Amino acid sequence: MDAKLKETILNPIFKGNPITVLVLGICSSLAVTVTLKGALVMALSVIVVCGISSLILSLLRNTIPGRVRIIVQLVVVAMMVILVDQVLKSFEATYAIDKQLSVYIGLIITNCIVMGRIEAFALGNKPWPSFLDGVANGAGYGLILLIVAFFRELLGSGTLFGIDILNRFGYVPNNLVILPPFALILLGCIVWVQRSIQKDLQEK
Amino acid sequence: MEYLSLFTKSIFVDNMIFAYFLGMCSFLAVSKNVKTAAGLGVAVIFVLLVTLPVNYLLNTYVLAPDALIKGVDLSFLSFIVFIAVIAAIVQIVEMVVEKFSPELYSSLGIFLPLIAVNCAILGGSLFMQQKDFLNIGYSLGSGLGWFLAIVSLAAIREKMSYSNVPPALKGLGITFITVGLMGIAFMTFMGISL
Repeated sequence: MDAKLKETILNPIFKGNPITVLVLGICSSLAVTVTLKGALVMALSVIVVCGISSLILSLLRNTIPGRVRIIVQLVVVAMMVILVDQVLKSFEATYAIDKQLSVYIGLIITNCIVMGRIEAFALGNKPWPSFLDGVANGAGYGLILLIVAFFRELLGSGTLFGIDILNRFGYVPNNLVILPPFALILLGCIVWVQRSIQKDLQEK
Repeated sequence: MEYLSLFTKSIFVDNMIFAYFLGMCSFLAVSKNVKTAAGLGVAVIFVLLVTLPVNYLLNTYVLAPDALIKGVDLSFLSFIVFIAVIAAIVQIVEMVVEKFSPELYSSLGIFLPLIAVNCAILGGSLFMQQKDFLNIGYSLGSGLGWFLAIVSLAAIREKMSYSNVPPALKGLGITFITVGLMGIAFMTFMGISL
């Protein structure tokens, strides 16, 4: 694998993370992080949607007229989201999670990461790198999602993936952590940690 | 009375930003000063007010089970229909505003077309479909709640630019934490009913 492809894959995971650096796709990332299970399903859905729609639009990039490209992108992404939603609904194990995620699966359509990567990368690159770029950005998004969900489930319910961790030691779950605002504060702290390590990201 | 209650609830308790995190991307990107924030807020109120009734009609008479043809359930198409309606309406609104009020058009600038991919609009439609109700109070209230949130955050950020924030927290980090604290403040409205 040549260096450029490697860069395409590794950059979105940490250095150019879509959530903490590019500030894309915050909307859905915070609401689904109450439990690790929900966050994992959401992360996988975004990886699939982002990867495959980047691939499709990269294949179509020379045939789409510039003026109507936004609507073509929306249609392709919406189609992928419908597929993911139907797949989630059709298995018993994932049906409950699909209900729990409620409207947020549908909101992957307007998730800026998907549209942003298509606009910025897939429309100007060959299909294979575009696919990898989509998957890597989905993975960078998923990573932050899992970190936030880890703390929220551990502190908010004392469990991880529904398995009791802290409660058996007499831990009283903290309800503040379950509430939406805490996710934002936690994300602020993640940004703080990342920018303390990577000084060049700091804003003047 | 029920409508009034729903209206106040959607502004304060079920606030699009603080309770559901909808429309967060543009919320963070466009809240650097009050004037542009207010412009975007007004545009969101308007688009929500127009798209929710249209999507409700489509949902009831076309997409719902047995609505169009007996025995056919088209609800799996709802994502694509809703987003197409939103994109189309944003386009129409843009053309109308450009024609009749060039001043407003130039002050809104790029924000108007960007509303098409604002999660708050699609989220509003999906919540409406899930709860199966049509209420102008709800669509107006959610828009107003969004407007209130973005204008107040912009005001705080304008003041904050003078304060001494740790370098790594400057900008994005402190904004996240501020929004979190504002969300906790908004939670005091919980349980209010009229």
